[in-house]
Amino acid sequence: MSAFNQSRKNIVVFVFVLMFIVIISQLAHLQLFSSDLRLQADAQGTFRKVIYPDRGIIYDRHKKSILQNTIIYDLMVTPNKLKGMDTAALCKILNIDTAQFNKKIVEVIIKNGRTRTSVFEALLNDDKQAMLNESMYLFTPGFYLQERSVRSYPFNAAANVLGYTAEVDTNFLKKHKNEGYVSGDYAGMTGIERSYEKVLMGERGIEYWKRDNKNRLTEKLENGKYDTVPMAGNNLHTSLDIELQELGEKLMQNKLGAIVAIDPKTGGILAMVSAPTYQPKFLTGSERRKHFSELFLNPALPLLNRTVSATYSPGSTFKTLQALVGLHEGVITPNFQVSCSGAFYGCGTGKPMRCLDFGTFNLRSAITVSDNTYFATVMQRVINNPIFPTVDSSLASWDRYMYAFGLGHKLGVDVPSEKKGNIPRPQDYDKVFGKGHWNYCSFRSVSIGQGEVDVTPLQVANEMAYIANKGWYITPHVVDSIEGGDKYAILEQYRKHHDPIDIPDSIFDVVHDGMQGVLEKGTGGNAKVKGITICGKTGTVENYYRGVKQENHSFFCAFAPRENPKIAIMCVVENSGRFGGTYAAPIAGLMIEKYLNDSITDKERLAKIESLSKLSLIPKRIYVEVRKQDSLRHSKDSAYLIAKGFIKIIKDTTGIDDGEDEVGLTKLIKDKKDKENRDNKKEDPIKPEAILPGKQKQVVQDSVTKLDN
Amino acid sequence: MFQKNIPITKGNDKVMLALYAILIFIGLVCIISVEYKSTDNFVQTFFGFKKNYSKQFFFFLACCLIGVFILLTDSKFFTATANLSYVIGIVLILATFVVGKEIKGSKSWIPLGFMNLQPVELCKIFTALALSKFLSLQDTDFSKPKSQIIAAAISFAPAALSILQGETGLALVYFSFLIPMYREGLPPGYLIAGILMAVLLVVSLLFHTKTLLIVFTILAIVLVLLNRKQIKRNKDILFIIVGVWLFCAAFVGIGVPFVFNKVFKKYQADRIFSMVGVENPFTDNRTGSLSPEEEKLKQRKNAQQNYNVKQSKIAIGSGGFAGKGFLKGTQTQGDFVPEQHTDFIFTSVGENFGFLGTIFLMLLYLGLLLRIVFIAERQRSSFSRVYAYCVAGIIFFHVAVNVCVTIGLAPVIGITLPLMSYGGSSLITFTILIFILIKLDADRQMVLR
Repeated sequence: MSAFNQSRKNIVVFVFVLMFIVIISQLAHLQLFSSDLRLQADAQGTFRKVIYPDRGIIYDRHKKSILQNTIIYDLMVTPNKLKGMDTAALCKILNIDTAQFNKKIVEVIIKNGRTRTSVFEALLNDDKQAMLNESMYLFTPGFYLQERSVRSYPFNAAANVLGYTAEVDTNFLKKHKNEGYVSGDYAGMTGIERSYEKVLMGERGIEYWKRDNKNRLTEKLENGKYDTVPMAGNNLHTSLDIELQELGEKLMQNKLGAIVAIDPKTGGILAMVSAPTYQPKFLTGSERRKHFSELFLNPALPLLNRTVSATYSPGSTFKTLQALVGLHEGVITPNFQVSCSGAFYGCGTGKPMRCLDFGTFNLRSAITVSDNTYFATVMQRVINNPIFPTVDSSLASWDRYMYAFGLGHKLGVDVPSEKKGNIPRPQDYDKVFGKGHWNYCSFRSVSIGQGEVDVTPLQVANEMAYIANKGWYITPHVVDSIEGGDKYAILEQYRKHHDPIDIPDSIFDVVHDGMQGVLEKGTGGNAKVKGITICGKTGTVENYYRGVKQENHSFFCAFAPRENPKIAIMCVVENSGRFGGTYAAPIAGLMIEKYLNDSITDKERLAKIESLSKLSLIPKRIYVEVRKQDSLRHSKDSAYLIAKGFIKIIKDTTGIDDGEDEVGLTKLIKDKKDKENRDNKKEDPIKPEAILPGKQKQVVQDSVTKLDN
Repeated sequence: MFQKNIPITKGNDKVMLALYAILIFIGLVCIISVEYKSTDNFVQTFFGFKKNYSKQFFFFLACCLIGVFILLTDSKFFTATANLSYVIGIVLILATFVVGKEIKGSKSWIPLGFMNLQPVELCKIFTALALSKFLSLQDTDFSKPKSQIIAAAISFAPAALSILQGETGLALVYFSFLIPMYREGLPPGYLIAGILMAVLLVVSLLFHTKTLLIVFTILAIVLVLLNRKQIKRNKDILFIIVGVWLFCAAFVGIGVPFVFNKVFKKYQADRIFSMVGVENPFTDNRTGSLSPEEEKLKQRKNAQQNYNVKQSKIAIGSGGFAGKGFLKGTQTQGDFVPEQHTDFIFTSVGENFGFLGTIFLMLLYLGLLLRIVFIAERQRSSFSRVYAYCVAGIIFFHVAVNVCVTIGLAPVIGITLPLMSYGGSSLITFTILIFILIKLDADRQMVLR
């Protein structure tokens, strides 16, 4: 063959090779440099399935589970797979109309995008779940059911302590960016569900699945090589006594107020009752939303945990602490006597502080009958103690005592949203009266627990524990131990003794004598329990709401038994009227009896429980507000308020994140109040309402005029 | 005959046989990777004749039988029956107009009961034989236009019939006969002219007609000015420049609009334009406009094709450098690539075995082609040589177009990957093509006419 044919062969070969080089370059481009193709392949060909672990179970001190899990289903939707689906059938099952359906889909798309899966209806109730299960094949692949483990409360109690879980919202996600939450997850929002979230949530597992072109999961990717197994949350053992808690909630029915009971030896909280409360199951499951808005709008504020988030003037319960300070400072002796001839004249006029019992008292009897003049005198001596050059320094010294007793600062309890209360400082008075323009007489009402001093019920219970232990306390806490170890070192702070001031036992003995006398011959006789020596102190606390004097709060705090104390307790009944001994004392007495004797069997006592629980002491203003709200609801239904974002505000009120929690709830209440104030054209509040937490106290010039207990 | 005393293995090209077997084996592996589910009992399904890979395996056995038959046949038989077989092939294609069965939109199949036969596919062999026969005739002078026209007629008659049946993909394969023709002396002017026409066509599709006319005119004037000294000496150059300019202007200004407005149907025109990524500007084209339903169907088909290519690229791209491993490809296992066992079988190589796998496969094919060229050049008989180039051309065209489709370099044309795609018709055709070549090569010492 001729040479030109040889060259033609070469050209043919050249063409072949050239073509293959082109192909191989494109292959290199696709396979080596196009990582997006790989991502697309993973996106459509694999599925990352999140396996939610069971949350930890919470037990009470007797190993009864008080918070556990049950299975419930979510209806999930992937909007871009809805084409050609029988919408009408689904709407029928879900009991909505097509317009609502479309609206919901649009919401879902806005929230989470077209291709991602979102929750269409969370936590289906049993009926819907059963119907959907039957006809689910009609709605695939746009919809599917996802199992979810939800919280259940075996006892209908301790809602405020245990808290609830809820779907995380955008604010939550923003706040907890790096903790692995994604939209649709549930997290603890209040109570110990919140504060022990890390422990309870466990570790989510991830399974990688292959899926086919019809979006069906076929098999695990590489036989589960990349899967991680979910780790169930750790169980918590609490110091709560659920029966005691139930009794407390029963006794506090139809009342506003709080009970806190602490084991003084360990600081473990035995019961933590906030009244009114709600059924904890209200805030799980399908009806959550509805119940939430009801609870949220209730003027009695059932969602407020009054034990830690409400502050009150301590009233006469404060006197025991003044006795301690007076004795330790050496300004009085146990036998120091003061006569009350009708009022405290130490400031020149007897007008403001009257005493109910005329006569002459020593320290013991002064505590027993709660003599105002006596303690006004004691504090006068503390403040005007000549060893301090100025009132400033003596008040600062007095403040140190109060802080040591656990007042004026957050105790650090493991229940969120704790308030710090208020102990007046020299600089506060400087601001109000001007530097150097004030003296003891400017704030003498503080001596009997009125005026500028504010405490939470928990702080008072803790103060009782401090007195019971004769000079130390352990920070109160609900959770005693974590199964599987305290990985995050949360519990360390609950093992430490706090005893910053060394006060001799003899001083405590005198105060104990006085407090024992309160029950035996004083104001707290109603708390008596057969066979138990209780030391207690009553308090009758004056209070104002929007400048209007309200019925007195009834306070009673105590510890028992006197020797080897096992329980320290504080009970508040808001606006009950009468005295501390009238309502709070018998409630505390029954609680102590129940805890120390394990049960109450005496018929008379059982009858007492019934009559107390039926007794309604809800102040009139609550009814008035309910009525007002009802009429408001005619024009604006609660759905409107939800839409306006009110519900969201309280959902974010998850506490623990210091301070921020105050913004939501408090602001809302404040706004509401301000508005009403304007409406009613009332003067400024003289003293903030007891349940208004954390608001900067206004020191009022003529505070003395309102005090006459 | 003395041939009967020679064992059939003697003289057969071992490299060809090995490449043939390896490619079929890889094809089987890939079909398995597409179809096999972890729940299947492999042995049972493999011999069950239910799954495609099982069928392909039995087709392969049948091919072995056919191969043995071919090797036992006297090589003179092929030269002797070349023209006859070509006529039979044409008749079979014509027969489809009468008894044809419509599969996937083209009425080019003859139902045989146990399988469907596509005569156009089979006719590649006959055309190759007939072309070889014609070009190897002693009185054929391929430098003469008459012979060139006859050769073209032999090559493109089946293609023309195939287009009439609506099977454009297979028709395109017949362009591969330009390779043997080129090797046998087809003036390169034709090919260059053809390529230039193609370039001109693409350019005329990409740019506006008026722009092109202005550009051509400016180019022509510049050329004339630059060459004015030569033009003074030799007026022919001027005529050539003006002639080319006139031709280009006519092509762009009259030819293209005419073809797209009058010859092509609208959807065809649309598809050609979408190939170069431009909207069809010939909107006045209503000829062959489809009814709304048909239009919808066509659109769906287009969308489907776009989807195919997208999925195919995703699958191949996701294989990365080393691939995901046999049976571990999520795209292959998830059935994301339609027609993956036939026209898109290459994607499973890409996903499961990655860049290494695809390169290896491409080198195998290139090796096969170069081996065929090598075999062609050692033939003493020009029949055998032309035939070998025909085989090389056909395989080259199939591989190049098929792979280019899967990697998004060519519009979707439904042709198979030789020896790998599932399908009896395709497998048997390539087996026959290759084994005839092996047989001819084994007998290369004989002079065949």
